[in-house]
Amino acid sequence: MAFNLYYYAAPATFYGLAGRLIPWFAWGSAVLAAIGLYIGFFVAPTDFQQGEAYRVIFIHVPAAWMGMFIYLVMAFWSAIGLAFKTRLSFMMARALAPTGAMFTFISLWTGALWGKPMWGTWWVWDARLTSTLILLFLYIGILALWAAIDDRNRGDKAGALLTLIGAVNVPIIYFSVQWWNTLHQGASIKPSGTSMDEIMLAGMLIMAAAAWFYAIAAALTRVRTIILERERHTDWVKRILEQ
Amino acid sequence: MQWASLSDFWAMGGYGLYVWGSYLVTFAAIVLEIILLRHGHKDTLRRLRRMRRWEEQ
Repeated sequence: MAFNLYYYAAPATFYGLAGRLIPWFAWGSAVLAAIGLYIGFFVAPTDFQQGEAYRVIFIHVPAAWMGMFIYLVMAFWSAIGLAFKTRLSFMMARALAPTGAMFTFISLWTGALWGKPMWGTWWVWDARLTSTLILLFLYIGILALWAAIDDRNRGDKAGALLTLIGAVNVPIIYFSVQWWNTLHQGASIKPSGTSMDEIMLAGMLIMAAAAWFYAIAAALTRVRTIILERERHTDWVKRILEQ
Repeated sequence: MQWASLSDFWAMGGYGLYVWGSYLVTFAAIVLEIILLRHGHKDTLRRLRRMRRWEEQ
């Protein structure tokens, strides 16, 4: 059977599909996190420069990646929603934002706790940290905008517009360590190769996969709630409510 | 494995506060989101059912 995109793009069918996918992503995330944490704490050696403090990177780097990546996915759905007026697109954007904000907060928090012993300060206004803080403010701003506009369609469009304007910040975060002289270290993983110990890298990538799975499970759970709310007058939702 | 004892593990080579402070807050944020997500879904179902009963009367 061919995968019919239009079939699954209908909120009614997507609601069921998401419901079946959530347990797989949720348990997948739990298993990956268990493996990643085991490697991170019991297999990966002590760093010769940073001692044990480096173990923060097993959450810091995946959280920072997710904060940026979720924003790009939101921008993608916002653009699709504005261009094609597809109902599910705006719902996906709304479902992703709180999880993206949470990961961005975690990246800032863990960065501060790593920075204190390593740099001697919780915070510094360098390009990487400042642009990441702007990312968190963008998430909060978009969520506040949605909350403030009662008219759902206007809220969708205004939020999508703000998301797209703010998307310019993501490449700024990513390339900030190259463009400016930052206190934050450069990327350890580049297309040309990695400068990390292999087992440390493995732990970090597995934790990143766990964060991916978690974000998908969280966004699908949230989008189901949004679909119910928005489709409450349709027959299929009425049937669910009667169960 | 590099830990001689459990207290050695908690100490994290003197960086315990920073390492565990990071992991604890991350764990708390994720648990909070999961609670809010579950509560949100159940709450929405309950509210929509109530609205529906009210509309039918």
